[in-house]
Amino acid sequence: MPLLEDGRLVDDAWVSVADDAVLPDSPAILSLARLRRDAAELASRRAPLGLVLPPEVAVAEIADLLPLLSLVALVLPKFRDGRAFTQARALREQHGFTGEIRATGHVIPDQYLALLRCGVSTVEVPAGADPAVWDAARRVIGIAYQRAVVPDSPLSLLRRKLEIA
Amino acid sequence: MNAIAPRAVAPVPPHARTYRYDAVDREFLAERIAEFEGQVQRRLAGELTEEEFKPLRLMNGLYLQLHAYMLRVAIPYGVLNAAQLRQLAYIARRWDRGFGHFTTRQNIQFNWTKLEDVPDMLRALAAVDMHAIQTSGNCIRNVTTDEYAGAAPDEVVDPRIYAEILRQWSTLHPEFTWLPRKFKIAITGAAEDRVALRLHDVGLEAKRNAAGEIGFAVHAGGGMGRTPLIATKLRDFLPEAELLGYLEAVLRSYNALGQRDNIYKARIKILVRDLGAEFAEMVEREYAAMPRDRFRLDPAIVAAIRQHFAPPPFLALNDVALPEAPEFRAWAARSVRPHRQPGYASVTISLKPIGGIPGDASAAQMEVVAGLAERFSFGEIRVSHVQNLVLPHVRQEDLPDLWEELRAAGLATPNIGLVSDIIACPGMDYCALATARSIPVAQRISERFADLDRQLDIGECFVNISGCINACGHHHVGHIGILGVDKRGEEVYQVTLGGAAGNDAALGELVGPAFSYDDIVDAIETILLTHVAHRLPGERFIDCYRRIGLAPFKEALYAAA
Ligand code: HEM
Ligand code: SF4
Repeated sequence: MPLLEDGRLVDDAWVSVADDAVLPDSPAILSLARLRRDAAELASRRAPLGLVLPPEVAVAEIADLLPLLSLVALVLPKFRDGRAFTQARALREQHGFTGEIRATGHVIPDQYLALLRCGVSTVEVPAGADPAVWDAARRVIGIAYQRAVVPDSPLSLLRRKLEIA
Repeated sequence: MNAIAPRAVAPVPPHARTYRYDAVDREFLAERIAEFEGQVQRRLAGELTEEEFKPLRLMNGLYLQLHAYMLRVAIPYGVLNAAQLRQLAYIARRWDRGFGHFTTRQNIQFNWTKLEDVPDMLRALAAVDMHAIQTSGNCIRNVTTDEYAGAAPDEVVDPRIYAEILRQWSTLHPEFTWLPRKFKIAITGAAEDRVALRLHDVGLEAKRNAAGEIGFAVHAGGGMGRTPLIATKLRDFLPEAELLGYLEAVLRSYNALGQRDNIYKARIKILVRDLGAEFAEMVEREYAAMPRDRFRLDPAIVAAIRQHFAPPPFLALNDVALPEAPEFRAWAARSVRPHRQPGYASVTISLKPIGGIPGDASAAQMEVVAGLAERFSFGEIRVSHVQNLVLPHVRQEDLPDLWEELRAAGLATPNIGLVSDIIACPGMDYCALATARSIPVAQRISERFADLDRQLDIGECFVNISGCINACGHHHVGHIGILGVDKRGEEVYQVTLGGAAGNDAALGELVGPAFSYDDIVDAIETILLTHVAHRLPGERFIDCYRRIGLAPFKEALYAAA
């Protein structure tokens, strides 16, 4: 799947690794079950590790694993299912996670800005997606009425001017 | 498509008590309209599927009904200035059939909208600082409040200030725009609950503690629909500064845990009911773990917003005695309410003429009310949660003139709080989800009791009608509730008694088997005759019902059969 970052398609250095497959020496994304099972031996691994966090698992439940992780992949089973927004925000604000947060599953361009504001860094987009449409979607509204995770500067009162890369 | 030149709009008088937009707020609305226009184009080009487009249009207030699109426009905290009401009249004429429908949630709906006109309608709204944002969809909806805010003698805290803060905070909230289901917040600042706060996803009661500081009782998990529930109190006194942070914790808990696989179980009320006391604990844990300081509501923000709602320039007056003329008196007794400022009163304008459609107003009537607001009420109008309009600040000595003008426009039906002041949802006449008609039932009941003396004799009684189990017509909390359902292809009507929406909130009890469309009006009459036969002198329907219970009504309704 193509990967979008800062409104552009970028190369994806990560691979998803099945629970029974051999772990490569390159950046690897694992399931929660495998990460739990192999946590002890993974602690000494050099290459970056990522986790697929299912929507029904609260970030607090995996807080102990975060020091191992350079990436957390969130899942939108349907674009209308907004649990990933809360997970992303909890990762950044409550747990200080600074690695990559990737939105996967069914995401539409109209959600891009809100995902970014919640702390998501990259989005898996459908094959053939036009990055210009995604980039335009995050720029069309440049004012926000509440704080979020991304940089912004207060205009006055509750309002903020978004600083989009 | 966008050849409409922005209409010249009269400047808002500096004392109209609504939040006044500045250049940034206007830029935001323009951006939002541009975004929606782009979404319509992407839909037409096939880049968005209908499934993907639907929630986007809903979050801009656009529904698909039985016969046409409906545009639902937000009237934040129910406050309009005269220029805004005139613009709504203009929109009704230009893009609808000359009518608008005021709803129980302080919105107005245009029932005959064409998709291609919507961006122009949104621009016409933006010209008077109005919008349709988040009037539908699984997001935080238009925040509702007391229609007598800033005028009611029993007000402790002006709720409009916090309703505006919540409006801004919830507008395109990045985390809470894809919730399991819609989320409705109501806020009051008065002793008497006039917003049905215990029947909302979150109900806030602004108050002062012994030290005079402002805080909020927070109720959560109320609602109507298929599973009506009265809200649970989470906090008794949440300090003002913590309002947004705590609500973020409530919404975050709900967004993480609310059911998504069954729309009938997706409201926060189900979560609150199922978790019981644990829900409040969960919210507190969430709140404790949040970087609370980031969400503190800065007193400077509150002070700045408060300025928008400073009292209008009232004159120092004394209360005056009203003229004796019986017809005027009959109207005033129902429509005029005391005001906190001596010499002033609040006036409710009935949108329930006998035999009319509850909540409908013609463009001409909207223009008349706008003019009267300018002449008599500092240019200010309110929309009430029972689908009427209110002129909040009228000089008592002007009441006879105002009454004459209202009468000439067919707006002086003296039935506020009586059996013909009915709440009714659009039902089968418009709504795609309806299982029965509701508007014609309201019309027939209103006609049956056309005689005002009869209504006055019966006394205060709220009749609420919904055309399906979703309960948009508040039937669960009507003193008499009517729910239209489909029974093997026939519309039948279930009747509940004893519901109430205020401080004494209660859900109505089912009286027995349903009535046919033909029989429902007789059944209502029987219920009211039973009340009249059993009541103590001066006793209201609801009090009589609470005293004597369901049995006498049951007997009167079903014994003969
Ligand atoms: C086109 C028409 C409409 C549609 C399709 C519609 C749809 C719905 C649905 C599906 C629900 C149930 C929500 C749930 O239980 O989760 C609901 C509830 C409600 N609607 Fe509507 N509605 C419409 C018009 C209206 C109107 C005109 C009003 C105001 C007069 C209104 C006010 C409400 C209220 C107060 C509730 C109850 C809130 C609650 O469930 O807690 N709706 N509506
Ligand atoms: S109660 Fe049912 S019929 Fe009435 S407006 Fe709501 S969804 Fe439609």
